[in-house]
Amino acid sequence: MGYLARVEGEGALYIKMSGGQVQTVRLKIFEPPRFFEALLRGRMYGEAPDITARICGICPVAYQMSAVHAVERAFGVSVEGQLRALRRLLYCGEWIESHTLHIYLLHAPDFLGYPDAIRMAADHPAVVKRGLELKKAGNAIIALLGGREVHPINVRVGGFYRVPTRQELVPLAEQLKAARDLAQETVRWVATLPFPHFERDYEFVSLRHPDEYPINEGRIASTRGLDIDVQEYEQHFTEEHVAYSNALHSVLEGGRTYFVGPLARYNLNFERLSPLAREAARDAGLGASCRNPFQSIVVRSVETLYACDEALRIIGEYEPPDRPAIDVAPRAAVGWACTEAPRGILYHRYRLDDTGVIVDAKIVPPTSQNQKIIESDLRHFVEQASDLDDARLTARCEQAIRNYDPCISCATHFLTLQVDRD
Amino acid sequence: MPQATLIIGVGNEYRGDDGIGPAVIRALAGTQPAGVGMVVQAGEALALINAWVDAERVILIDAVAARGTPGKMYRIDASKTPLPAHFLACSTHDFGVAAAIELARTIGLLPPHVILYGIEGQDFAPGAGLSSPIARVVHTVAARVTQEVCLARKQSSGSVQVDAS
Repeated sequence: MGYLARVEGEGALYIKMSGGQVQTVRLKIFEPPRFFEALLRGRMYGEAPDITARICGICPVAYQMSAVHAVERAFGVSVEGQLRALRRLLYCGEWIESHTLHIYLLHAPDFLGYPDAIRMAADHPAVVKRGLELKKAGNAIIALLGGREVHPINVRVGGFYRVPTRQELVPLAEQLKAARDLAQETVRWVATLPFPHFERDYEFVSLRHPDEYPINEGRIASTRGLDIDVQEYEQHFTEEHVAYSNALHSVLEGGRTYFVGPLARYNLNFERLSPLAREAARDAGLGASCRNPFQSIVVRSVETLYACDEALRIIGEYEPPDRPAIDVAPRAAVGWACTEAPRGILYHRYRLDDTGVIVDAKIVPPTSQNQKIIESDLRHFVEQASDLDDARLTARCEQAIRNYDPCISCATHFLTLQVDRD
Repeated sequence: MPQATLIIGVGNEYRGDDGIGPAVIRALAGTQPAGVGMVVQAGEALALINAWVDAERVILIDAVAARGTPGKMYRIDASKTPLPAHFLACSTHDFGVAAAIELARTIGLLPPHVILYGIEGQDFAPGAGLSSPIARVVHTVAARVTQEVCLARKQSSGSVQVDAS
């Protein structure tokens, strides 16, 4: 998988315990910074979506979308109508493929006691084949709208280079109808997994939109009353360097830790899900809120179902736009955007000069925002499980970290656990 | 459109020698007969399985970990032999080729013939471009893959009875 700045690669977890009490938890990420923000300086605005797409192989659409929305905001234009709908459709593809990969290949083996998906597949081949088929539908959306499955090349500021005909969407719709059934089966299946009793009073943060489950647009909201325009992001959120990790830690004002991703979106936007997704969630035993991060796998499956359902709605209402992109005119300005990457809000800010050259850029990925809450979860979780030996404790900690689907989770055994017990 | 034979170049062109797979595909462009498909893949396991699921024969080209002999080519008949898990561990695609092959084998989605050409890399640092020892073998690997395709076609038409290995 991909190339998320400062996160891809090996991580390690250091835990210090004394008398059964956890003294220190440090999630360390060794991947050196790749300086994408510096790389963007001096580049033309039109290059931002293609350069930033390279940050991650799993969620390139998220990077492209945050980039184009931010630049468009700087230039004072807004992409509406069918072009807006197509962007949402493309993003649905990314949610489907990213969530399905995580549910089936990365997280489910933890719940069922397998060391990896291959060993799980030996006992549950039909389950893994279902995941494969479901993910294929997400990839098909990205291949059709994005031009190829990984690092799509058809997205531009103002819209797309080419838009599909109605006819081209017909086979995709058929594939998505089958995928929607598979997604419903997925929700039913993950609901049967054994979940540890573990609930905390989190501050969830996600976008919130008046009419739709948030993907591309919305205000930034939290379950403790935050409700701001994206423009105000840096007044409320700050990134901190910590000595033991190369990934910055993001905090809300007052040093508050917060939680982004599917669980946050769900808790803040349950009523915006489609009736089918809401019903599936209720049948799976979820209420309108869910505070057990281990059940994020259920919420992820509900969002996958929603993405299939929403993709079909968009295709059903599709009329090809007159032009694949609207005109934009550079001006000296700052633009901001947050979109909902599969793992949570992804913030971009660009300052542009009057010729459209990027003067400076800031990117805050969801995994860096979740690092503090991951550490905080581990602190509580390890205390509950302190009687386990190191091997079992490592497995449980990996499972707890994967609740957040951080980009480092792509490596099946990424975690080196060191426990100091006094 | 399913292809009887599929050549897959695996890798990331922006991670140095990990770009050997895509480079070989470029070298092979326009040289293969009908019925032979060619694709570049980043190496994500499910995408790989989806790509090859209908193929009869798959030839994979990927970079493998540096072991002091950059450019050295390994040919593995993966349809017969499980890949050592560490074999492709250097690559930037984490749940990648080895996992894809073993997962597909487990669930019955591995094509009947899967040959992996692993090229030992030297430098996998971020940035485009192959190191010189790797760049020098691109055409050698391409020729070997072409030879593999020809031999397979002759074998399947019954005119040759030898093992390419």
